[in-house]
Amino acid sequence: MSEGISTRTLVGRLLLVVVAMFCFGVFVLPPFYEAMCQVFGINGKTAGAYQGTQTVDESRQVRVQFLATNAAGMVWSFGPMADELNVHPGEPRDMLFVAHNPTDQPMTAQAIPSVSPARAAAFFHKTECFCFTQQVLQPGERIEMPVRFIVDRDLPADVHHLTLGYTLFDITASKPPVAQATP
Amino acid sequence: MTQHPRAWVGLLLSLAFSPAYAGWTVNMAPGVTEVSRSVFDLHMTIFWICVVIGVIVFGVMFWSMLIHRRSTGQKPAHFHESTTVEILWTVVPLAILIVMAIPATKVLIEIYDTSESELDIQITGYQWKWHYKYLGEDVEFFSNMSTPKAQIDNRAAKGEHYLLEVDEPLVVPVGTKVRFLITAADVIHSWWVPALAVKKDAIPGFINESWTRIEEPGIYRGQCTELCGKDHGFMPVVVEAKSKEDYAAWLAERKQVAAAERELTSKQWSMDELMERGEKAYATACAACHQVGGEGLPPMFPALKGSAIAMGPAEGHIDIVINGKPGTSMAAFGKQLSPVDLAAIITYERNAWGNKVGDMVTPQDIVAFQKAQE
Amino acid sequence: MSAVIDHGHAGHDHHHGPAKGLMRWVLTTNHKDIGSMYLWFSFAMFLLGGSMAMVIRAELFQPGLQIVQPEFFNQMTTMHGLIMVFGAVMPAFVGLANWMIPLMIGAPDMALPRMNNFSFWLLPAAFGLLVSTLFMEGGGPNFGWTFYAPLSTTYAPESVTFFIFAVHLMGISSIMGAINVVATILNLRAPGMTLMKMPLFVWTWLITAFLLIAVMPVLAGCVTMMLMDIHFGTSFFSAAGGGDPVLFQHVFWFFGHPEVYIMILPAFGAVSSIIPAFARKPLFGYTSMVYATASIAFLSFIVWAHHMFTVGIPLTGELFFMYATMLIAVPTGVKVFNWASTMWRGSMTFEAPMLFSVAFVILFTIGGFSGLMLAIAPADFQYHDTYFVVAHFHYVLVPGAIFGIFASAYYWLPKWTGYMYDETLAKLHFWMSFIGMNLAFFPMHFVGLAGMPRRIPDYNMMFANFNMVSSIGAFMFGVTQLLFLFIVIKCIRGGKPAGAKPWDGAEGLEWTVPSPAPYHTFSTPPDVK
Repeated sequence: MSEGISTRTLVGRLLLVVVAMFCFGVFVLPPFYEAMCQVFGINGKTAGAYQGTQTVDESRQVRVQFLATNAAGMVWSFGPMADELNVHPGEPRDMLFVAHNPTDQPMTAQAIPSVSPARAAAFFHKTECFCFTQQVLQPGERIEMPVRFIVDRDLPADVHHLTLGYTLFDITASKPPVAQATP
Repeated sequence: MTQHPRAWVGLLLSLAFSPAYAGWTVNMAPGVTEVSRSVFDLHMTIFWICVVIGVIVFGVMFWSMLIHRRSTGQKPAHFHESTTVEILWTVVPLAILIVMAIPATKVLIEIYDTSESELDIQITGYQWKWHYKYLGEDVEFFSNMSTPKAQIDNRAAKGEHYLLEVDEPLVVPVGTKVRFLITAADVIHSWWVPALAVKKDAIPGFINESWTRIEEPGIYRGQCTELCGKDHGFMPVVVEAKSKEDYAAWLAERKQVAAAERELTSKQWSMDELMERGEKAYATACAACHQVGGEGLPPMFPALKGSAIAMGPAEGHIDIVINGKPGTSMAAFGKQLSPVDLAAIITYERNAWGNKVGDMVTPQDIVAFQKAQE
Repeated sequence: MSAVIDHGHAGHDHHHGPAKGLMRWVLTTNHKDIGSMYLWFSFAMFLLGGSMAMVIRAELFQPGLQIVQPEFFNQMTTMHGLIMVFGAVMPAFVGLANWMIPLMIGAPDMALPRMNNFSFWLLPAAFGLLVSTLFMEGGGPNFGWTFYAPLSTTYAPESVTFFIFAVHLMGISSIMGAINVVATILNLRAPGMTLMKMPLFVWTWLITAFLLIAVMPVLAGCVTMMLMDIHFGTSFFSAAGGGDPVLFQHVFWFFGHPEVYIMILPAFGAVSSIIPAFARKPLFGYTSMVYATASIAFLSFIVWAHHMFTVGIPLTGELFFMYATMLIAVPTGVKVFNWASTMWRGSMTFEAPMLFSVAFVILFTIGGFSGLMLAIAPADFQYHDTYFVVAHFHYVLVPGAIFGIFASAYYWLPKWTGYMYDETLAKLHFWMSFIGMNLAFFPMHFVGLAGMPRRIPDYNMMFANFNMVSSIGAFMFGVTQLLFLFIVIKCIRGGKPAGAKPWDGAEGLEWTVPSPAPYHTFSTPPDVK
């Protein structure tokens, strides 16, 4: 009725905004959040496999602590071989985690790593980790799972202490394991 | 009031801050750490700033309401803007905000400094209890609310620490920087002790950090502060701060208790002893869902009274208690409870509330079952 | 085109009056009919959500479990929140918008009348679905109105799927309502009604509508991701599959913070019309009011994480959200100062609309103060998820949104019904609400500071005294609202006839049409000078 665009065009544009905001919520926010977490270490999530190598900084030592938590309903026994390691930045180190499936069913598990303080997560590189894949354990099976990591030389100077925690989730229901014939 | 304004303020303050009026507490407690006192000071500073602004703004409004009314014959003025005052009341609040932001930033930076800790404790939230693990000490335990159901259901008088008491508090030494690594096993919980000004969410799959350095020995109580399901209101946090010597003694004793527990496991138990211990252990570990009378809360939490599992073969019963039932709320208690408690609970469940199976499951049976699983 | 229709018997003009019987309401495209339906619906939801609050307060009357079990208590807190936010406050403002925006800008109706009908009728469907979950096996939603994952996904009752669909329906309804408001305001203004001449209620609704269009789809996205996680094996919010439960909170509060302004901005607008009318003096700082509203709306998009100070955001993030949140105090302060200046040297009378408006300004400001305290991150660690927060948001929503709605209702009732309401009863309604509300919510500050977490069905004795006071206040406030129902019905059935402009200080086009407003108004656009 007054100046400007027609109601039909206006409604069309507003609907477009609605669709765009829906897509923003579902398709943009989650990956954007993920990216922000990677860059700023918001939630302590660590990146995927690290390819590089670094020279070792012998002058500095960082305490790396290992935690293992079973998510609710997870019956495996699961834990690190040692509670902590002292490492030099740049130096590749290993830690073994032991898992054991006490049930009479084959089960699948996924370990989720988390680093604290979260801002150090971007400086904690895993070159090899059991958390990259799902773990299938047959009834009664016990395995030792390695994680190989490098603490970055650029780790902020005021961080002397890192914690790497794994939470082990039972995902058998969504990813049923292939049962092996027991020998 | 106009004659003795000071006296009134004094009376109000004493009412407000005196611990003698605990039932009418109106303010935050300053707490027992440096951080908690900084937070308290910050809180009071902002509060008084708000009070002053409030008195001025509301004072103007009340004055206006009393004087500028038609019943007093006021003729309305016609002014409706003034660039000067409008700029003024944008800039002045901004300045006040900046003044408030400075101390807030300082305290926040202090709270975020989790480095250089002397003791690390992993805190894990479960529905509906806390688990504490002293890293590097081989000491870990669950902390359950110990308030009896009878008090909650008004069948018994409520104690002083109603809902704020646990079977095993978190024990920490005073004068020590203790770092908490906080996570959860199921849903999000939040670990809060007001006296320490520590509140941090426990998020499944992620670790959060916080820290405290308690100055005074004492018992400090808090609660879970993130809605975590049915018994969210019934998972208190209790922290007992001990002197360094007492803490060392406690830690040594804890380790001894663990050894003693192993001994208890090998002892020969009678039916009556198991039933007696089972009733207590059942009340702490099982009754929240399956209820004191074993009738459960179907469909989420099935009845144990007359249940096929509780009255069936002992192996099936032991299996579900130790390993839980995936996909349901039934947790695996194999690691959460000692063999003695497991045996006592299973025996109790098989013989209470008219479930007269008559058999007895001993701690040795549990150990054998767990061995067979390995 | 006869613009004047008899009082009460608006049905007898066959071409231009409303249809007869039930189908009038089912099929109506008239903005006044739809506005009335929205208002009645929201009042019904207000009573339903209110009765749930009564259950909560009855359980909290004393320590110990007396009336309900914890699982039902959690369903009550959840449903109370959802129904009050999406069923009572938002539809009430949409109802006011439907009734008043065309009258205020000189438009014959809303721009999209058929869509208007549809967006209303989605609401009963949505809330029917939502309330029906209470009777399902496993119970209704019990995870709080903020439905944080994984409590609302992996650990939710079966009925969560119905909850998700109900939220979708509410969302679609709100979005359509908002599009309608934007189209009406931008395209149907009478000649001469420039943007900066619009009443502030229209301005605040225009901004609210844009907020709705921007964030309701995000809420829809949020519940869609929940649905996918629950039924289709994705892991947006589940750590087990590489997702993050905290992402849920970010998405939710990206919607949730603008949402709280959606619930208050229209009240700002209404009060900005009412205070000048009863102070008999023009609104102070009209332009700065418009800019302040726009700044609040803008800031609402960059402060969401202040709801999440305890989830473990890095220091820099924490500082950013703290500063941004504190900034909101500036435009909000400007508004409060403007209202106070409007009252200053006026010639005030205190009829019910003015009483509710003045209480709105004072009590909303108290809610603003506690909001400022909550903005200070280190202090928030002590306040977060305690009754202090409950006190804060009830202070901004009850004397804020709800008092704003009551003020509007009393202000425009003569226009809607053609009769004056009973002023004595209305004043009684005000004072009972005012006392009840303060009695209910002020002590919550105290128990919160003393350490009582929110959403708990039982508490230690140290919180007992103030909880009892709160419950008494809540019962008083609750019962008083039945009086409001009585006043409105009495006013519809008769009373002192109202003239076209029953308030001598009122300004605006809505007062140029007769009371009650004829079924069709401004079929010929008025001339605005």
